[in-house]
Amino acid sequence: MSANLAPVVASEPSNVTGYRSFRLGKFELSRDAYFVSVRWPAKGAKRSHQMPADAFLRACMRDVAWNFFYGWVNFDSVIGTRNHYGKVDFYAGTFNGALKEAGVDYLEQFDSGHIMATFKAILRDWVNEGFDPFAAPVETGTAFGPKQGDNIAAIERTRIATQRMPGLPGDSPLRDDMPVNRAFADVAQDEPEIHAEPGFEGELHAFSLFKYLSRSDVTWNPSVTAVCKASLACPTTEEFILPIFHGNDRVEWLVQLSDEIVWDVGDKNTGAPRARVTMKAGDVAAMPADIRHQGYSTKRSMLYVWENVTPGLPQRYETGELSPYPVDF
Amino acid sequence: MSQVHTVFGSITDYTKGSIELVSGEARHYVFSNMFEVAARSQPYERVVVARNMEYVQEVLRAEGVSPWFACSHDEFALCMDGEVTVDFIKMKAPPDPAKNGAVLAGDLPEGARMGHVKLKRGHQVLLGAGNAYRFTATRTGVLMQQTVLGDLSVQKWREICFI
Repeated sequence: MSANLAPVVASEPSNVTGYRSFRLGKFELSRDAYFVSVRWPAKGAKRSHQMPADAFLRACMRDVAWNFFYGWVNFDSVIGTRNHYGKVDFYAGTFNGALKEAGVDYLEQFDSGHIMATFKAILRDWVNEGFDPFAAPVETGTAFGPKQGDNIAAIERTRIATQRMPGLPGDSPLRDDMPVNRAFADVAQDEPEIHAEPGFEGELHAFSLFKYLSRSDVTWNPSVTAVCKASLACPTTEEFILPIFHGNDRVEWLVQLSDEIVWDVGDKNTGAPRARVTMKAGDVAAMPADIRHQGYSTKRSMLYVWENVTPGLPQRYETGELSPYPVDF
Repeated sequence: MSQVHTVFGSITDYTKGSIELVSGEARHYVFSNMFEVAARSQPYERVVVARNMEYVQEVLRAEGVSPWFACSHDEFALCMDGEVTVDFIKMKAPPDPAKNGAVLAGDLPEGARMGHVKLKRGHQVLLGAGNAYRFTATRTGVLMQQTVLGDLSVQKWREICFI
C-alpha cells in the first residue's frame, strides 16, 4: 500500500449506536441498527440513500474480497463501484436510469488503495460478532442492532488465488480439512484414482472439484481452480442472493454444475430489466459485456464462473472493438 | 430439516433451463445444455459450448475409446457424467508451442507411458502441456474441457443454443 495513501476518515463511535461514520471524498456513510445511509452532493443539495445493513455489508464484503472485481459492483440499484484497475469509482445514481436522468447522481474516483482501506475499516466496524457476510442467511447471526463486538476472522477471507490447479505442489490447497456443507451432505467425497508409472509420480494430477466445492464455507465467492493462459475457471457455491448486481466490463460465462440459479439481467448503464435466465444443471450461458446480472439460488448450488483476464479487455469492449456478445450466429 | 438432494444432470437425465426476455435476443446469452449437446454428439466430438475470444469450453461425449490427443498448453477436463479413464504418454515430440488447442497425436504417440487417472462425476484432471492423452469410457459419459480454440473444435451454435 502506498505511503502517500489518503487516510481513512472516520468519526468517533456514536454514543447511540456505537458505530463510526465514514467519509469517502464527498460521500458520507453511516449505519444505525437497521440501515446504512449514504449521502452525496448533487444539484446544490445533499442527496441520500438507504440500504438494509445486512445487504450493504454482504455487498461491501464481496467488493473487498474480489478487489473490486471485473467492472461494476452495484451494491443495489443506486450505489456501487466501478473498477478501473488502480483507480475505483464510487457512485450514487450514476448507473440508475431515473436518477441519472434527473441529474441527482454523483461519482467520485479514488485510488484503489484508499477506497479499499475505507471499505475494510467499515467492515471492521460495522460487522458485528456472530454475523458473517459471506455466509448464507440461515447459517449466520444477525447483522442488525447496535454495535456488538466484531467478526474480523470472517471478513478477512480473500478470493483463493491459484497458479495452475489446486493441490499441485506449491499451489493453492485442497479443502480436505474443512467440513462438508449441510446442503451438500449427499455429494460424493471420493477422489480420482491416480496411477503414475515409476518416474512420473507427481506429474499426473486430478482432484474432485465437487468435493472441493461441497466444502466451501462461503457463498458467492469464486475460487480459481484451473488456469489455461488467461482463461480462469472460477467455480463457487451459491445460496440466497448474489449480494451485488455485477455489471460486466467483459463477457463472462456461467456453467451450472448443480441445482438451479435464476438470473435477473438488466442494462448495464440504466438497470432496465432485459431478461430472466433460469439455469439448471448442465446449462451454459454467457453474460454479455453490456449487462448487469444478479442471481438467486434457493438450494445451495455449484456454479462454474469462467473469466477471461486478457489485459486491456475493458477498453476493447468500451470502444466497440469487441462485440458485447461473444458469438455471432 | 428435509433430506438434502443435490441435482446433477446426466446425459440421460437433464432438464434445460429457459430465458424470459424483456428486450434483446435469446441468442445473446448463447444458452445451451451440455448434456443435451453430448446426447446429440458423436463420441469425442469436441463441441464448443462457451467461447471467450480464443478460449473455449468444449463438451465431449465420452463413449468407448477416444483418439490420442495432445496440446502445447495445459488443458483441464471435468467429468460431468460417467466414469472415464485417462491414459497419458510423455511425448517425445510434443506439439508446436505456437499451436493452440488440442490436436490428434496419432495411433500411438512415441514416448513413455506416464500412467492413468480414473475419473468419476465431479472429478477434474490436468491434461498437462505436451502430454498425449486418451479417454476410455466404460459407459457413456460427459466431459467438459477447458482449452483454447483449435483445429478439432466444432462450433455449431445454431444447433445447440436458444435462438
